Amino acid sequence: MNMELKQPLRSPKTKLAIVDCDIHPRAMLEDLRPYLSNRLWDYLQTYGLRPRHGHVKGYPFPKPTPLASRRDSWPPTGGPPASDLDFTRQQHLDFYGIETGILNPLQPSGQGDQNPEVSAALAFAINEWQVADWVRREPRFKASVVVPFEDASASVAEIRRRAGNRDFAHVLLLSRTSEALGRRRYWPIYEAAVEAGLPVGIHVFGYSGWAMTGTGWPSFYLEEGVENATTTQQLIASMIMEGVFERYRDLKVVLIETGFAWLPALGWRLDKHWQRMRDEVPHVKRPPSEYLREHFWVSTQPMEETDKPDELIDVMEWIGFDRLVFASDYPHWDFDDPFLSLPPSLSDARRRAIYADNARALYRLA
Amino acid sequence: MTTNGLHSIDCDVHPTVPDIKALFPYLDEVWRESIETRGILSLESASYPPNAPITARPEWRGANGQAATSAADIGRHVFDRFKSSLAILNCLYGVQLVTNEDMAVAFTRALNAWIAKEWLDRDARLRASIVVPMQNVEAAVAEIEHWADDRRFVQILVLAMQEVPLGRRQFWPIYAAAERHKLPLGIHAGSSYRHPVTALGWPSYYVEDYAAQAQGFQSQVASLISEGVFAKFPALKVVLMESGVTWLPGFLWRFSKYWRGLRTEVPWVDRPPEEIVREHFRLTLQPFDAPAQPDVVERAVAHLRSEDMLLYSSDFPHWQFDGDDPVPAGIPAGLRRKILVENPIATYDRLKSERPEEAAP
Repeated sequence: MNMELKQPLRSPKTKLAIVDCDIHPRAMLEDLRPYLSNRLWDYLQTYGLRPRHGHVKGYPFPKPTPLASRRDSWPPTGGPPASDLDFTRQQHLDFYGIETGILNPLQPSGQGDQNPEVSAALAFAINEWQVADWVRREPRFKASVVVPFEDASASVAEIRRRAGNRDFAHVLLLSRTSEALGRRRYWPIYEAAVEAGLPVGIHVFGYSGWAMTGTGWPSFYLEEGVENATTTQQLIASMIMEGVFERYRDLKVVLIETGFAWLPALGWRLDKHWQRMRDEVPHVKRPPSEYLREHFWVSTQPMEETDKPDELIDVMEWIGFDRLVFASDYPHWDFDDPFLSLPPSLSDARRRAIYADNARALYRLA
Repeated sequence: MTTNGLHSIDCDVHPTVPDIKALFPYLDEVWRESIETRGILSLESASYPPNAPITARPEWRGANGQAATSAADIGRHVFDRFKSSLAILNCLYGVQLVTNEDMAVAFTRALNAWIAKEWLDRDARLRASIVVPMQNVEAAVAEIEHWADDRRFVQILVLAMQEVPLGRRQFWPIYAAAERHKLPLGIHAGSSYRHPVTALGWPSYYVEDYAAQAQGFQSQVASLISEGVFAKFPALKVVLMESGVTWLPGFLWRFSKYWRGLRTEVPWVDRPPEEIVREHFRLTLQPFDAPAQPDVVERAVAHLRSEDMLLYSSDFPHWQFDGDDPVPAGIPAGLRRKILVENPIATYDRLKSERPEEAAP
């Protein structure tokens, strides 16, 4: 966390190939201007982005560092972290020998904006920008199809526009949506993703418009970090109990920055209560943990840490070693160092699976 | 199997209010009249729909569908059949749902009086939790003070989800009273429904509502620790009831990791949350949320890294297990003995006199 880059001490070579499933390139609003109408540009200049919270600048829970970023990730050329492709390439891809990096742009992506038109226009713009400014200039990057998820038909249009374009790795949703992601209003997104052969990535954060917990608003960013896991638990319960995976048998979901140690216990709990109350959800044909095992992948960051690594390995076994994919969260403060974050006692075969093989298969990377 | 002459202490049993009129003898005329004239039918909570399978095991329901409506009925199951020596009553009648503070205070007082008279007075093996009106902190403290001298009340009962997270400083006078009277804070599954049970709005199905209780508990643990409750009240104990168990280790790994990165935000949290939890928090056993594979149960419980945390509970009459033994296969024998008696006695100060060697002069 908040690591200093100690380049001379690090070997720039690693024997293991690495696919990084979570890199956050940062667009400035001006970068998106070529892809926005004049009217929308003027609107944004006047009213700005309007996420579902009260702050004009910043967030309800202030981050621990500016832009939640590693202090050494601010590029020497100026601009915010991960806005400069060359510096990102050098500091991250080259340094760690990353063969593929999946871009998950966050704001200003317009996701969850109160104004649906803004959300749709910015999603289109940031998708164009990812390809033009990043993927075309550095083929190790793959883009996300950012979708304005509160508007299913605009999301479907955006997915169809990108379908067949191998520059894109997955469809990107945030975890805090205005309704839980199992609700039928979001199903067209899953249908379009399956049709396009793209997994659906769900990255934590965003603002749903509801209190961040079932018991109201917490006080601290520390709690927001913890609640990212609880919210993900709720959206998974929703997707399973609404029957999403009975309807979309080929749907693949990638959980990003959610952590994963809670996943087996969630499956056990859902199984137990489904067994008791399955008459309420007759469309859920199998124990929830089976859908979890079949349809979900989890990225590793923020890697749960225990002083008994065997416990973490128990959890990985319960999840399945074929379902874990590596993610660094570059350039954010809680970045997981690819060289250091996996438990050292993992076998080489398991390391290879987590660092690259699972993601290659999931994303059909060459 | 006995420890100190006790077989087991059942830390989560639910008496059912058969009808709102059962509270009439304990309500002032103005509230009785209000119930009649306004047509208030019931305060049963949507956290436990009366006919839902989880609310009562089928063979435990009486002719009218209700279960656990009398001290004798609970005794037949919890004492005679499960062989417990003592049981703690946690009444889940939804006084927490009431929005009118005055009405909430009156109904809560009536509920506690009803528990004392209709339950505790009828079976000396019963203990109970003091239900408190969290709608108003002063009234909650007054409720604790009102019952504190009655040693049959052994803890304070609040719900896993309410209007504001439990760690917030506005509630600290309640924790001061809890500490003063050596009453653990018992947090039970359920919601006052001031917010939807999820951060993503109202779920479609009840099974999601019930499953989401485990997230509510995580939020409350995070809040109580982050706000510094245990720095201020080092003797306070918290019991999570009907919370599930296996979510805790993974939650603590994440919480402790973030705390290491973010501790400047909460400088009063001066050690890892996992340590604070092992010292201050306890969990009742049912619903035990692991698969019926003893080896998995054993590993999952080992991840708690403490033999002191689990408290025996049947969750009667809720339908969480079949048969007569709430302790799942895979719990090692030594731990089982601790869960049945030692851990409950260590948690509930007011049960310590139940230990024969301490009761002796």
